[in-house]
Amino acid sequence: MQNHPVYTDNDPQSEYSTLNLGPTHPATHGVFQNVLQMDGERIVSGVSTIGYIHRAFEKIAEHRPFYQITPLTDRLNYCSSPINNMGWHMTVEKLLGIQMPKRVDYMRVIIMELARIADHIICNGVLGVDTGAFTGFLYMMEYREDIYEIYEEICGSRLTTNIGRIGGFERNFNTIAFNKIRAFTKKFPAGLKEFESLFNRNRIFVDRTRDVAAVTAEDALSYSWTGPILRAAGVDYDVRAMEPYSSYEDFDFEVPVGENGDVYNRFLVRNEEMWQSLRIIEQALDKLEKEPSDIFHADVPAFYLPPKEEVYNNMEALIYHFKIVMGEVETPTSEVYHSVEGANGELGFYLVNDGGRSPYRLHFRRPSFINYQMYAPMSRGMLLSDAIINMSSLNVIAGELDA
Amino acid sequence: MSKIANEVLIIKLGDQFAGQVTELSQDYGMLSVETGVEQISEVLAYLKNDPELKFIFLTDITAVHYPELEKPIGVIYHLHSLTTNTRIRVKVFLAGDNVHIPTATTLWNGANWMERETYDFFGVIFDGHPDLRRILNVDDMTVFPMRKEFPLEDPNRIDKKDYFFGR
Repeated sequence: MQNHPVYTDNDPQSEYSTLNLGPTHPATHGVFQNVLQMDGERIVSGVSTIGYIHRAFEKIAEHRPFYQITPLTDRLNYCSSPINNMGWHMTVEKLLGIQMPKRVDYMRVIIMELARIADHIICNGVLGVDTGAFTGFLYMMEYREDIYEIYEEICGSRLTTNIGRIGGFERNFNTIAFNKIRAFTKKFPAGLKEFESLFNRNRIFVDRTRDVAAVTAEDALSYSWTGPILRAAGVDYDVRAMEPYSSYEDFDFEVPVGENGDVYNRFLVRNEEMWQSLRIIEQALDKLEKEPSDIFHADVPAFYLPPKEEVYNNMEALIYHFKIVMGEVETPTSEVYHSVEGANGELGFYLVNDGGRSPYRLHFRRPSFINYQMYAPMSRGMLLSDAIINMSSLNVIAGELDA
Repeated sequence: MSKIANEVLIIKLGDQFAGQVTELSQDYGMLSVETGVEQISEVLAYLKNDPELKFIFLTDITAVHYPELEKPIGVIYHLHSLTTNTRIRVKVFLAGDNVHIPTATTLWNGANWMERETYDFFGVIFDGHPDLRRILNVDDMTVFPMRKEFPLEDPNRIDKKDYFFGR
């Protein structure tokens, strides 16, 4: 897993000290603790402790109607909330057998890819910060801001978006939203190019990241890794390409794959994914123009929560609104697993339904939780400064880790 | 490679484990099978190592509690064959007074935390697990909170009872 020598407890030359990295430390990017046994600057062994912000989402979900679970998903990976939202809605749609209009699929793809870009911006920006380069992070904040403004235009919210509905969107994207998306696709390439040129051949950055925390494809698969960190290790697995959902099969994009799974490769894979996301968004915008502009949800009144104006002015909508909110709609007794490609990897929803107003059981397959478990074993023998960079390259989000 | 048809999977599992693996459902195209606690290690190893099946990727381990069943705790494995893009769900049901099941960490390192989480919330004991401790809840907790006998709401509250809503 790593090339550094690993010292043992019996080594008479060594004197170990214990270092608490976290729970709240600027370099841990969230609330999780690593108790490290140190031999000078080198890590001899480590134990990870998580669960500091565990909020019992799975238990809460068993007591809520389907719609009220969406805000829980927002708070898993809050750097890319829309992907979580859409993933949950798609799971319910799969359960209910709802077929989506193409235009809604494309709108969702746009939002999900924007969310992926926002997430990767933060991850790669922070990776720069951890190697001592603050500039890239500051430059890229502007683009994350642009994306948040697009969310705001669509759903009124920026971070925990609650975007969309079961069956589509709460409202159509307005002209301003489309203009902002178009403007972003025009503006972002220059910024990303600048960001790449700041880092890709920067001697300090390359020296700090290349061959650091390199993981083989076998190890990555054995630890059930998914997402950019698995692809950086050379495994070509992307849910969007392998099991296309929401019309991803209509788009032309590549799945970037790394070579030796080190921190540098993870950085490059995420950068390349941003280019691919941009490519998908542009295609989706073109495809949207060929679809009727007034469709923004499927025709399933029994499940689609009607927009507020309709609830106020239309008796049918009011009745459906009441039935949906009270959980009076009939749902099949069945179980379903659906997964989407989150920014960190495969985000899966395992939903067991007994026909009641809430799921009988809902389990989130959270990529951060699964990706992070290799952190302590892979840190053995590593320098502390490398372990810090390794953590930022894994992009572990505490909300998703603890759920 | 194209997906392995569920029928093929059923035949192969039937040949290998005659009568010990039963089909439960094929909801939404995913085959779901049940096996016993004695066979689970062999079934998982077979699914992972068979050259045609190659379910090399452990997607998830979790559990579901059905208090009314004779064997109330169901341990659920989701496996994924990345070469053929086929998924399978394997279930094992455990009796309430004997919640022991062999660990899958011998096959996948990634099973470690997934099993710890399942233990933490449902009390399933994975025999042979290298470090079976609570993971998200505090260590001195005495109950397994995802079991159905631990309601989320305050049990003294009556304003949310189903009969007020005609259910």
